[in-house]
Amino acid sequence: MPMTWKEAPMGMTAIEKILARNSGQDVVRPGDIVTTKVETAILFDNNFMATSWREILHVHDPEKVVVVFDHRAPASHVLSAQAHQTGREFVKRFGISRFHDIGFDQGISHALVADYGYGLPGTVLLCSDSHTCSAGVFNLAARGVGSPDMAYAVTKGETWFRVGETVRYELEGELRPGVSAKDVFLHLAGTYGDHATMNVEFSGPGLAGLSMNARRTLTTMSAELSVEFATFEPDDIMLDFVAARSDRAFAAVWPDEDATYADKRVVRLDQIEPLVALPDAVLNNSKPVGDIAGQAIDQAFIGSCANGTLDDLAIAARVLEGKRVHDGVRLLVTPATQNIYREALRLGYVQAIVDAGGVVTNATCGACGGGSLGVLGPGETCITASTRNFKGRMGDADARIYMASPATVAASALQGSIASPLEYFP
Amino acid sequence: MRIEGRVWLAGDNINTDLILPIQAYYLSVEEQPAWVFSANRPGWSDEVTPGDILVAGRNFGVGSSRPAARSLKNLGLACLLAESINGLFYRNAVNFAFPSLEAPGITGLFQEGETAEIDFDAAEINNPKRGERLTGTPMPPQLLRILKAGGIYPLLQSENLIR
Repeated sequence: MPMTWKEAPMGMTAIEKILARNSGQDVVRPGDIVTTKVETAILFDNNFMATSWREILHVHDPEKVVVVFDHRAPASHVLSAQAHQTGREFVKRFGISRFHDIGFDQGISHALVADYGYGLPGTVLLCSDSHTCSAGVFNLAARGVGSPDMAYAVTKGETWFRVGETVRYELEGELRPGVSAKDVFLHLAGTYGDHATMNVEFSGPGLAGLSMNARRTLTTMSAELSVEFATFEPDDIMLDFVAARSDRAFAAVWPDEDATYADKRVVRLDQIEPLVALPDAVLNNSKPVGDIAGQAIDQAFIGSCANGTLDDLAIAARVLEGKRVHDGVRLLVTPATQNIYREALRLGYVQAIVDAGGVVTNATCGACGGGSLGVLGPGETCITASTRNFKGRMGDADARIYMASPATVAASALQGSIASPLEYFP
Repeated sequence: MRIEGRVWLAGDNINTDLILPIQAYYLSVEEQPAWVFSANRPGWSDEVTPGDILVAGRNFGVGSSRPAARSLKNLGLACLLAESINGLFYRNAVNFAFPSLEAPGITGLFQEGETAEIDFDAAEINNPKRGERLTGTPMPPQLLRILKAGGIYPLLQSENLIR
């Protein structure tokens, strides 16, 4: 008789239990190399670029594959147009049903995972975008890998992982108005720095006050902490969210009470304040917004897999409603999926942003990766609610990129310089 | 596997955008290595000679899934030694067959221009000039096999799974 999970040997974190389950073992420990089956393998347009693509001759299971065009969508360049063509041929040849071409269900892969319930609790999900840890919000082992890993997973249905130690973050209290999950991330990145070779597990009573979108901002941004995996402890909010979007079976995983952690850290959400990461690096680089208020900006961006959610657009609309973006500032807003775009239209958020002088683009990674729609020129300064502020990330290497929450970015766009959002949230 | 070469130093949190910047993204695989560190150390890629070794600080390779390890390999670097390595970069290093080791304390073992002697399988690293050595974290045998096979693609090609 198969062992049920309640009877499994004790003492594992959530991610250890997920990796054990999917590698057919009772126990895994930090330091192990495990081979797991892959439930969901997501290919995106970069995989099909001529400099990366190796023609795949066999697909292990087309039902486990998702294909998305997001990084350069619609195509920004002949080479990306060719990548889309190669992707369409692949989809047709192997009969991939979950395909997100330019059009109705276009979007950034990690946000589509949420929209369509592709992230099944307790399973393994791979995509060769580094922010794939985003799907860990659904209590699964989701990891960004390289193109070679994707070729392996798609053809063989499995992959390898190095099991790392886990840091547990216990969230307590509630965020104050005008403060968001992005600020929580900037607090973690500024306080604790990198988590290379380790996992993070989010839990605690503070989860109850965080929407799925807010939680997903945290798991998405965990890529910047250099984690192996980011997971959330399951709760009814998450389980109901997935069940409403997927008809596939799943079984969530709770950490054992006597699990071993590298560290347990309490995060008091009510004490978090709006923060900004200074240019060129995410880690150990966060400052209170007041410390750099008044820094002039040329561009302001709200979007990406981390901050293109409906919550983010709602916040932007609330700050911008009835006002005008400051002269000389370009405000770009990019919903993460066309579903979010449609909903933001229906709710009036797009109207408020556009009336304020913001430019709302189609769903894509866009300006976040410097690939299209809002590339920065030499010497320009941008404040961004996206994933990264690395030197050269959004265009020229001499551009300066500050990173903050959507509220702080919207407030700064109105002010013409970096500004606290708190006055808009009395 | 034994590796010996001249050491270059890099700092903490060297990210993938510094190794393979967006400007190089549409270039050919052969042209991409010239752009390594163009933003933070202009001209460096011209100074690297085949067989050199890169010694870096914490969290090397943080960032995107882009094939940054491939650029370092094609630049001619024989090995990366770092205090710690981002997991995604490490996967790409294994899968593109770019020898990479985590070796806590490594940044104190070398000055730029000194020679490193490495027994890669055992993760034993020697600075012959100083007579000092250090043992890093060996690459697990399962991954060493992939590395020595030339990476994932040759393996999949030999099984007729990719072309």
